[in-house]
Amino acid sequence: MNFALSDDQKLIRDSAENFLADASSSAAVRRAMENDTGYDPALWQRIGAELGWCGTHIPEAHGGLGLSFVELTLLMEQMGRRLVCTPFFSSICLAATALMEAAREDARRRLLPRLASGEMTATLALADSGVDWRPDALTASARRLGSRYVLEGRFRHVPDGASAELLLIPALLERRWALFAVDGKAKDLVRKPLKTLDPTRRIAEVRLDGVGLPEDALLGEGPEVGEGLNRTADFAAIALAAEQLGGAQQCLDLTLAYTAQRVQFGQPVASFQAVKHRCAEMMVMIEAARSVVYGAARVASAGPGTTELSLEAACAKSLASDAFFFCAQEAIQLHGGVGFTWEYDPQLYFKRAQGTSHWFGSTPALHERVASPLLGPAR
Amino acid sequence: MKMSDDEIFRLEVARWLRAHLRGEFECLRHRGGPGDEDAHPELRKRWERELARGGWTCVGWPREHGGRGLSIAQQVIFHEEYARAGGPGRMGHIGEGLIGPTLIAYGTEAQKRRFLPGIVAGTEFWCQGYSEPNAGSDLANVQTRARRDPATGEWVLHGQKVWTSLAHESQWIFVVARSDPESKGNRGLSFLLVPLDQPGIAIRPIKQLTGTAEFNEVFFDGARTAAENIVGQPGEGWAIAMALLGFERGVSTLGQQMHFAHELDLVCEMARVNGAASDPAIRARIAQAWIGLKVMRYNALRMLAGAQDGHLRREAMMYKYYWSNWHRELGKLAMDVLGPDGDVVSDDPTRTRLQQLFLFTRADTIYAGTNEIQLNIIAERALGMPKEPRFEKGKS
Ligand SMILES: Cc1cc2nc3c(=O)[nH]c(=O)nc-3n(C[C@H](O)[C@H](O)[C@H](O)COP(=O)(O)OP(=O)(O)OC[C@H]3O[C@@H](n4cnc5c(N)ncnc54)[C@H](O)[C@@H]3O)c2cc1C
Repeated sequence: MNFALSDDQKLIRDSAENFLADASSSAAVRRAMENDTGYDPALWQRIGAELGWCGTHIPEAHGGLGLSFVELTLLMEQMGRRLVCTPFFSSICLAATALMEAAREDARRRLLPRLASGEMTATLALADSGVDWRPDALTASARRLGSRYVLEGRFRHVPDGASAELLLIPALLERRWALFAVDGKAKDLVRKPLKTLDPTRRIAEVRLDGVGLPEDALLGEGPEVGEGLNRTADFAAIALAAEQLGGAQQCLDLTLAYTAQRVQFGQPVASFQAVKHRCAEMMVMIEAARSVVYGAARVASAGPGTTELSLEAACAKSLASDAFFFCAQEAIQLHGGVGFTWEYDPQLYFKRAQGTSHWFGSTPALHERVASPLLGPAR
Repeated sequence: MKMSDDEIFRLEVARWLRAHLRGEFECLRHRGGPGDEDAHPELRKRWERELARGGWTCVGWPREHGGRGLSIAQQVIFHEEYARAGGPGRMGHIGEGLIGPTLIAYGTEAQKRRFLPGIVAGTEFWCQGYSEPNAGSDLANVQTRARRDPATGEWVLHGQKVWTSLAHESQWIFVVARSDPESKGNRGLSFLLVPLDQPGIAIRPIKQLTGTAEFNEVFFDGARTAAENIVGQPGEGWAIAMALLGFERGVSTLGQQMHFAHELDLVCEMARVNGAASDPAIRARIAQAWIGLKVMRYNALRMLAGAQDGHLRREAMMYKYYWSNWHRELGKLAMDVLGPDGDVVSDDPTRTRLQQLFLFTRADTIYAGTNEIQLNIIAERALGMPKEPRFEKGKS
């Protein structure tokens, strides 16, 4: 496995970094947070239409750029650093990946180009419980009615579920896995935006009270859908880990900048060893997570087997979650009183660190995923 | 499917080790690592010569200096296969990994001709004379003195080194000594190569917490070495000493991961056998250890990918801190898996190894830069935070 980034990959990373420093500054994030949808449509427009990020990992045949998962994680890392408020994660990392992994070719051909261009937003409803983000914990069901379908079910926590123009809904159809496309404006679809502790990311409760769907709303069915959705959750976990990694890095950078200029006892607080060691430990956790996130991204871009992918995801996500939370917590601590204010940014990272910590598996759950092949199933 | 050159090379290494690490050498498997360096010294020296006959010493050195001239990728393969086979801690590692590369980079032609062949052949062994009673983390505080004998030009040494691993098994020691008596700190030091077998040197073993003794005190009382046995110029000792430490983070540390993986396997096996595997807290810690191995593996690959541009990058700076703490935690985990059985010494080989792991790994976070010093280095060099204040004597 070659860990060196190509020149093109470096270019993608660096230009994303430059673009977002300005386009997703703290002030911009705070403005977006106050919106109804939780994001700035103008920024989304630029990301989709101007910069073409939405097409990153979508094949060229489906209107994308045909780049790999590595490029996608590089972008996610930079977006995580700047807490970018857009539907990128839900539309691209989740919904587009789900289409690529679990939908039939005709459905992909129809829907992916619209996601790749950023003209349409979408999301994927995964966990019903809101805790277990593995799709095998589903309870939505569908029945056939002539050539149409009727969907019933409830999803408690769907990312960007209230604003997405298209919802991908996994459901059991005659005891088989199936994936449906539901228009955001469909009748009998009830979407309730939830007030989130992390103001930079929106979640909605989604209810399907007998939503009637045309024939072509069925995107795929059978065991491949189940497997594809499980893989989608793992790909998304790796992408989210990259986002967390970026967030963790920014917490360290903010802390370094602040402690370098804050003077107490006649010297910058950054010169106190207790502070230095804490920052060094942040870096160790960040670099450990970075190695594994980049490694997982490389595995993910090489068409991995499902078991391998799920272990990579468990490693990357648990390390990134823990690193992010640790760094966010230390950022607040090492900023002192201003770390506790609304005005300074550490609080935003802290809330996102907590908010993302259990998506696609909490750290204990991911540890168990790693432990069971080594030790046999838990008793 | 056609095998790549690297795959063929891997098979060649594995095959050689299988054929040679047996018979009298069988008992060396997995022995002689850090802290355990005094295990079977004579036999391990013979093993060095066995390796040398197969051309498996100094595999990363250039051919012109007697090495095998392997690419970095092949060096990694060699070290991985060596660890996978349970190859013993290398008696010659200080020569091969530290002083050899230093001489190749900074030595004179005569020094290379004199010293490199003995290292390659496994006939001359080296130890590292850096630490002193008052110069540990603060290595620049070295007090051992070296002066020229005006009659012969020889260097004459007075002073003491401490924690010198394998001094009692070595023929040569490289010494950082103060050659300018007026100097302080890292100025005025010289880097000298000194033969150990002489009247001016006394070596006393120090018993470790393991009950064994791999390290020693080395006393210099008018010890002598020839005028030409200085690396660099007088006064350049600090620069040479630091350059040598740079080689410590070489490719061979990558092979240790295979060794670590083997140790984790033992812990998992023990947990399955004795039922500790049903304890959720143990399961979580074992999972974390496994994830830590992946961190080290991918981190090493990142280091290799970045190796071209020369300077130490972030992932390289955190490497020592990461592996040593990982390893130390594995030692504690092993004991917690053993439970009360771990309190009792027995002749069960797995239990003994896990108990040794527990004790020996306490050294990992001390030698080659303590945890605290590693964090200082990361903070100052990787993160650019302000340097440690220095307190001068007599000032406050
Ligand atoms: C198994 C083993 C083998 C060794 N082999 C060799 C060898 O072959 N050759 C050789 O030269 N040396 C060898 N050493 C010595 C080793 O390099 C030193 O022990 C190490 O550098 C620490 O120095 P010290 O023991 O004097 O501890 P000290 O420097 O006295 O440290 C004591 C404590 O204070 C902390 N401390 C010191 N300075 C700072 C600071 N600035 N900030 C924060 N905390 C600080 C340390 O981290 C440590 O916790 C070996 C040691 C061990 C354990």
